[in-house]
Amino acid sequence: MTDVDHLSVDSAKGDPAHRIVRSLAGLTVPIGAVLAALVVGALMLWALDASPIEGYKALFSGAFGGADELADTAIKSMPLLLVGVGICIAFRAGVINIGGEGQIVAGAILSTTVALALPDLPRALLVPLVLIAGAVGGAIWGAIPGALKAYANVNEILSTIMMNIVAAQFLSFLLQDLLIEEGAIRIQQTERLSANSHLPLLPGGTRLHIGVLIAIGVAVLGYLLLFRSAPGVRLRAVGHNPHASRYAGMPVQRSIVQALALSGACAGIAGAVLVFGSESHRLIGEGGAAAFTQNAGFNGIVAALFGGLHPLATVPASFLFGGLLKGGIDLQQAVQVPGALVVALNGIVVVFVVSSLKLQTRIRDWAAALGQARSDQHVE
Amino acid sequence: MWSDFFTTSVIVATLASAVRFATPFLLAALGEAVGQRSGVLNLGVEGVMLCGAFTAYYVRLNPSGWGWAGGMATAILAALAVGLCMGLLYAWMTLVMHAEQGISGIGIFLFGLGATDLLFQKQVGVPLPISGLRPIRIPLLGDIPHVGDILFNHNVLVYLAYVLVPVITLMVNRTTFGLNIRAVGETPEAADTLGVNVNLIRLGAILIGNALAALAGAALVMNTNIFQQNLTAGQGFIAVALVYFGAWRPGGVMAGALLFGLVSSTVLQLKTLGIVSGAASALTAMAPALLTIVVLVIVSRRIGQPSALTRPFDRNA
Repeated sequence: MTDVDHLSVDSAKGDPAHRIVRSLAGLTVPIGAVLAALVVGALMLWALDASPIEGYKALFSGAFGGADELADTAIKSMPLLLVGVGICIAFRAGVINIGGEGQIVAGAILSTTVALALPDLPRALLVPLVLIAGAVGGAIWGAIPGALKAYANVNEILSTIMMNIVAAQFLSFLLQDLLIEEGAIRIQQTERLSANSHLPLLPGGTRLHIGVLIAIGVAVLGYLLLFRSAPGVRLRAVGHNPHASRYAGMPVQRSIVQALALSGACAGIAGAVLVFGSESHRLIGEGGAAAFTQNAGFNGIVAALFGGLHPLATVPASFLFGGLLKGGIDLQQAVQVPGALVVALNGIVVVFVVSSLKLQTRIRDWAAALGQARSDQHVE
Repeated sequence: MWSDFFTTSVIVATLASAVRFATPFLLAALGEAVGQRSGVLNLGVEGVMLCGAFTAYYVRLNPSGWGWAGGMATAILAALAVGLCMGLLYAWMTLVMHAEQGISGIGIFLFGLGATDLLFQKQVGVPLPISGLRPIRIPLLGDIPHVGDILFNHNVLVYLAYVLVPVITLMVNRTTFGLNIRAVGETPEAADTLGVNVNLIRLGAILIGNALAALAGAALVMNTNIFQQNLTAGQGFIAVALVYFGAWRPGGVMAGALLFGLVSSTVLQLKTLGIVSGAASALTAMAPALLTIVVLVIVSRRIGQPSALTRPFDRNA
């Protein structure tokens, strides 16, 4: 859950006390943030006349209580991980991508359209095709604010948020008109998509499907791209210091577009996984786009920050965060409060986790200063 | 069909509601402008607006028996109080914990979205309308044909929002507090060496911003007279964009708010007249967001944002 780079480098230097403080800071601060959020959540439950103890029991057993629960947690964390890997790429390149929500929707729309247009393709072709279509849809939705930032100096935070709103309304339009299931009941959803497009289940008798392998695969690819490839070095250089990178002859503008397009592609795959890994096997827009994405576009950001903006560390971070969200649904059902509680709790977790991030580095710096002082003493 | 739109009465009504619809945008964006001038970006406006809107709605729905003025004043004051509390939370996040400002607002937004929906379902259940603020026709000015209807026949929050434009302009440009706000937003280190308490000034700016955002929510619910899940539907985010549109000046922000008010009222009028209907109305609902992007492209060429925007101040750094 911590910055893996930090840990691997740290283990090689510094005295043991210093090392322990640093790794403890890495672990305890985010966990403390989540606990603080749970305390606030307990107060809310108490205010709603619900038992916090009963609620949190339901949360933990619902998230991690057995094979089925763990599988559901893994399913819940897939979109977080996919978006999170994209966030690692964007943030490392110095671009703040708040547009995961819209990029998920764009990926879902394009992949669903492909599945509706080519229902008879064999499964071995159609499944990869819809995933690629999802990536392309998300990439387009990311590249637009990327190009606006690179070539027109438009603040990407604002443009990606606006792209979220546009995507949500476009989804609502499509599901009321072009893509709606033919029939008497006008629910905002497509027909059940071709069986050849469904993501295959993994053996084990749970609901777990190959989406989890795809998500982890994307995380590995993201790691290789960022830390083991020349384009990754360029992206990170641009993120670190765009002026120096430009001076060194790097294509800064193109890098920004690429970073947001790649980031969007990851979120777009999440959109495809949400459609073709769902049990209903449809694109459902009833209840708004947020009901479809379950705020994964925002939560992926938190998972990535939790993972120190490292794609591989984002894997366990997403799993824990996904467990919290999955368990939140069980909590809400166990104590009989409206589902909106999960969204509110989600917000509180974001508030505390984002607030704790700098504390982590501050404690690390403090420990480093301490370690430095000690080694200076040794020299004397 | 379109001929239904181009009649004097419809156009006057559309322009009058444009002035009214611009109010939540204006209040929220004025507050955000003050915050950003001090170097703090707050993306949580949307969440604060929702909380302010729900608070005002809920208090108004259960008037404490203090009569018309009492119930209304309590509703607005309660919304302001909620806004100030959320401002304290945001100040803790950004000033004390140095949280990343581009993201921390998302937490406030999700919390506001979930909490208001939760409380609405739990405490209200059935969406009941409230009696909103009554329009007050200003003597003499309100009697001017058409213009009076468009500009001088609104509720007190609408007037307040427009009066705040010169007030905030004066505050930012002509008072010590305003000068300090600009100083800590441009070069906090220099302000600090001159003895300005950077975080205290920023706290003040954040509180003003959040109070106005909550007031914007109250103004919104006084327009719709009903609360629903995600009532703001992106208006708080657009308000943040309007600050860029207005180049951090209250007058510019007002122009942007009026533009968005006009778009919103026109879209609503077209729906009411049946000129757009069904699925097409989802397309027209994209208009404000698309317009925001276009506007950002146009204004971004001449942008000069406060130099210390989103940069936390740490004296030891």
